[in-house]
Amino acid sequence: MAHVLLRHRDIPDINKLEVYKKNGGFDAFKNAVTKMKPNEVTDVVKNSGLRGRGGAGFPTGMKWAFIDNKNWPHYVVANADESEPGTFKDREIMESNPFQFLEGVAIASYAVGATAAYVYLRGEFWQVVAFLDEKIAEMEEAGYLGKDLFGTDYSLKIYTHLGAGAYICGEETAMLESMEGKRGQPRVRPPFPPSYGLYGKPTIVNNVETLTNVPLILANGADWYKKMGTADSAGVKVFSLSGRVRKPGNYELPFGTTFRELIYTHGGGVQDSHKVKAIMPAGASSSLILVDDDKVLDTPMDYASVRTIGGDLGSASVIVVDETVSIDWLINKTMHFFKHESCGKCTTCREGTYWMSHLTERIHEGHGKPADVDLLLNVAKQMQGKCLCALGEFSTMAVVTGIERFREDFDKAVKA
Amino acid sequence: MSKQVTLTIDGKQVTVPEGTLVVDAAKMIGIDIPVFCHHPKLEPVGMCRMCLVELGRPMRDRNTGQFVMENGSPKIQFMPKLETACTTKVEDGLVVLTQSAKATEGQKGTLEFLLTSHPLDCPICDKGGECPLQNLTMAHGPGKSRFIYDEKKHRDKMVPLGELIYLDRERCIQCARCIRFQSEIAGDSVIGFDERGRSTQIVSFSDPGFDSVFSGNTSDICPVGALTTADFRFGARPWELEAQASICTQCPVGCNTTLNTRREAKAGGKIVVKRVMPRQNEEVNEIWLCDKGRFAYHYAEGKARLTKPQVRKDGKLTRASWEAATKLAAENFLKAKKNFVILASGRLSNEDLFNLKTLSEHSEGKAYLYSHMAGGELTSLVGVGEGTNFGKMGAGTTIVVVASNLYEEAPIWYLRVKQAAERGANLIVMNARETKLDKYASFVVRYAYGDEVKTVNDLSKKSKISDSFLKSENAVILYGSDGLGVSGSAAVASACAKLLHDNDSVGKPNNGLIGVWGRANDQGAWEMGFEVEEDLAKVLKGKAVYIVGADPVADDPKLAKALEGAEFVAVQDVMETATIEIANVVLPAQAFTEREGTLTSGERRVQRFYPAVPVTGDAKADFAITSQIARHMAVVLEGTSVSAVFDILAESVKSFEGLNYDKLAEVKPQWPIVGRGDLYYGGTTYENAQGMGVQLSAAAARGEKLSIPRVQKEAAPRPKENELLAVPVTKLYDRGTTVRPAELLHERIGDASVVLHPDAAKELGVEAGQTVNVSFNGVSGEAVVKLDDTISVGVALIPRSMGLAIREPVAVKVK
Repeated sequence: MAHVLLRHRDIPDINKLEVYKKNGGFDAFKNAVTKMKPNEVTDVVKNSGLRGRGGAGFPTGMKWAFIDNKNWPHYVVANADESEPGTFKDREIMESNPFQFLEGVAIASYAVGATAAYVYLRGEFWQVVAFLDEKIAEMEEAGYLGKDLFGTDYSLKIYTHLGAGAYICGEETAMLESMEGKRGQPRVRPPFPPSYGLYGKPTIVNNVETLTNVPLILANGADWYKKMGTADSAGVKVFSLSGRVRKPGNYELPFGTTFRELIYTHGGGVQDSHKVKAIMPAGASSSLILVDDDKVLDTPMDYASVRTIGGDLGSASVIVVDETVSIDWLINKTMHFFKHESCGKCTTCREGTYWMSHLTERIHEGHGKPADVDLLLNVAKQMQGKCLCALGEFSTMAVVTGIERFREDFDKAVKA
Repeated sequence: MSKQVTLTIDGKQVTVPEGTLVVDAAKMIGIDIPVFCHHPKLEPVGMCRMCLVELGRPMRDRNTGQFVMENGSPKIQFMPKLETACTTKVEDGLVVLTQSAKATEGQKGTLEFLLTSHPLDCPICDKGGECPLQNLTMAHGPGKSRFIYDEKKHRDKMVPLGELIYLDRERCIQCARCIRFQSEIAGDSVIGFDERGRSTQIVSFSDPGFDSVFSGNTSDICPVGALTTADFRFGARPWELEAQASICTQCPVGCNTTLNTRREAKAGGKIVVKRVMPRQNEEVNEIWLCDKGRFAYHYAEGKARLTKPQVRKDGKLTRASWEAATKLAAENFLKAKKNFVILASGRLSNEDLFNLKTLSEHSEGKAYLYSHMAGGELTSLVGVGEGTNFGKMGAGTTIVVVASNLYEEAPIWYLRVKQAAERGANLIVMNARETKLDKYASFVVRYAYGDEVKTVNDLSKKSKISDSFLKSENAVILYGSDGLGVSGSAAVASACAKLLHDNDSVGKPNNGLIGVWGRANDQGAWEMGFEVEEDLAKVLKGKAVYIVGADPVADDPKLAKALEGAEFVAVQDVMETATIEIANVVLPAQAFTEREGTLTSGERRVQRFYPAVPVTGDAKADFAITSQIARHMAVVLEGTSVSAVFDILAESVKSFEGLNYDKLAEVKPQWPIVGRGDLYYGGTTYENAQGMGVQLSAAAARGEKLSIPRVQKEAAPRPKENELLAVPVTKLYDRGTTVRPAELLHERIGDASVVLHPDAAKELGVEAGQTVNVSFNGVSGEAVVKLDDTISVGVALIPRSMGLAIREPVAVKVK
């Protein structure tokens, strides 16, 4: 099947404007601007069943429809902060299929009436920024961005904005704060960005992958898109596969593909033919799914099904853990990551991640007592549901599920 | 009135205005939801996670939209997660549980998290005893920590953010109250967070550090002992302190204060003031104080206090009895007849000034107010009217600030005017140079020094700016003395009063004229009928002078010379001054901390202050000393009871009619609730139980016929070639008698300075920071050059009370 998002794998040089154009590039945008009303664009996206690819899976069209039309101007922000450990899909899209992504940004902007759109990239993506800036300039040159597009009175500029190296800036409100020149710390939600976003104005924040879907949805119709994937999770998804697999990488597959197919058919199986012990389906923020029988590997990867086996699909950054990995080591890793990345705004996360990282380290280093494992679990639970934003909540996921589902690893660690 | 919303908190129903936060609604009915980052004066941030509560909303049927009923009342659906009460606005039918098992568990958890990084050094912490963290831990916290002490992150202690405020980074709980106060309320964003996560720390990024005149307030609202003042840290334990109500005497705002005192060995067993704290008066200073008010109180305890009456014998001052000293003064005043002159300052209370004025009226003397600024007879004519409150001004009110740098002259007015502008008031700032208030103004009018009156008059001519003024429902003008002396300010006052009168903006609430005076009770002196004199030297020379609360010899060599030629000089003051060197009689007065009295603020609010510490030596209250002198002159003045003096005053001075000490001591409920046992909520600010004062009526409001004299402004002197026009300006921290003794402020006081336009400096061949010689009017001295490119090239700004005696614009030579 031809790729929808990773089209550069089928069409060489699609990152060149002429090649992209030849392959139907910008037709959808031109058609939308010249022949469709903004709300008609939103309706197509709504009908396609497209859900946000950043992790939360919120219906994209519905989000666009939430924009507050009593308050202007509107902004679109593409979230290219891709910082979740194990997630590397947006980078490939931006580097290799940039025009499709930028066209998606443009269509979203038209749909919500934004005349300025921003691409917020993580600080380490400075080369990507330089590349995107070139591509944006080419689009301006070719008349796809700028004033009075396609002879209408619709104008659009796209700007890139580089972060300064903070995981938290992938959280949409922290990202907006950062763009405004403030400390990258999350705001209290509600209000949500569609009513109070960048500079307090209605703003649509979408993930890179989400937006990259949009041009083809408009070109081929909502029904074409809905036919792929499952009823609950329409379309295709780029799965970032990593961990103890033979062929880690990005794989674009329809929703509903099983873990087994991803890991064994595409990923070449586990290294040294070990058994899968656990799966983190959404990077470091994941719950640890216990793989104790075949049924788990046969679970289709869509939002609803993954929930039935004790996890969330999130951004679909599938980290495979095999029996060579001790879970106390694993959560010590994730805890140090979250401690390092906690922004410090709310007490729960600031103090909780610091405390937990000491506990996981003590346990992993073999200085812990059995009571420390219970304490760690208790501290994690004490954090749950009490943090200002999702980062703090996420930091507890691997800890809680790790201890609850892989207790023996911890018992071993504290006995040693 | 805004829409009212009814909700239930812990089973109690409460009805509050729409938009109220749940935490505040609870507070209104006496339910304390614990908070750290929330402060009722600041925008909600939901950071500390202390106020976690359970929230339930009435369930609605998805199809009909009707409430789902259960046993006759709407079925409540509780949210799965706890919510922060400080970020949730009230809704009709909302059910809040603050004490449920789930909520309690959440609150307890947050406290445990906070304490993992806290040093728990309460026994040596200044905040111990009045610490929200300590109190809330006792109320909601776990008894024991599960956190291992060795894993605690140790941070820097005793970090000076500036010379006034110290930070203990271990005690800080990162609630950002201080940062938010500085950016949202003070408008001086000079502190912020650095680093992130557990390494998050407060830093100051201004030079000098913590460059704000409101910095002390952050120590009041800091919910832990992280921010302490250099003045009070390690000074006393809160529970040792007594609290007495007072009024700040540093400027005409009249901030309500509390003096915290204790008896201490260090002071030789005396009872001394340990700190000045704000006392809530939402109509005056809310819960804030400026740093001058907070830190400059030390003069009253200085070593230089006068303790005994003295008379000059054989050229030397020698101790005398009160009887002998007052008799000597009285004899000379009587003898002088028409040449008896009283020179009194606005440092005195209403009662003192009333007795002095009465004495002048019953003898043949004259009473002058020692001030560089005129126009007070007009402020009592046209108001401001009773009920004026900057805190309630917003859209529909125009505030004009003319010839005043409020940030330096009256910081709390700056803060309140700024906030009124942020609420939508139309702010017009007219000044010859840039001031901090410009940023918040709808219109900024920049004129050349000397064009003040014309600029005010232009407000009655057709323009966008005057339209905004003339069409405004209410209008207040604050005028000051930036670049003006007596005659200049008189002319500006008259132009302002005329404008307000023509526009019918007089005598009503939130309408009228306010003088930004140099001293706390200048307005009171005007109400008593004092006058100012431009050429003081002339009226002092050869006279029998009774100087009260003023130090003209130190202020101005011209006045010193005039007084040397005086017939007789009696000086009545709190401290040794340069003027006593030429005095024939010295009369020691009590400091405001030692006695009772009233002051009239610039907003014409009469407020009581109370004694806090015992009297120093044999000093007497000013009104009593005057009464004793008067007795020797066969004039009977009340000299025992200060409230009795006030009663007589109220009978004689029309604007005070009907007032008495009881009325001034009345209080009314205020929001936010502060200063009770639950100081976690509003900070360590004191509740006002001793009186909010009463605003005087304006003559305009009493229906009196107003005649506003047209005062011609004298033309400014013309500088010759190689000269500049020097104009006086006011600096908050100056070398005034009541500021200089506070050593802590010396860095902020700095050196005498002269402000030049960069081009003027270039022409003179001088640079910023260079010391130059400044000479005018026979005065000459050194000053450090500062630059300001918003002033005209031909002027030089010279701060008052910084060693260079400047009373009005003069031609100056800078070398």
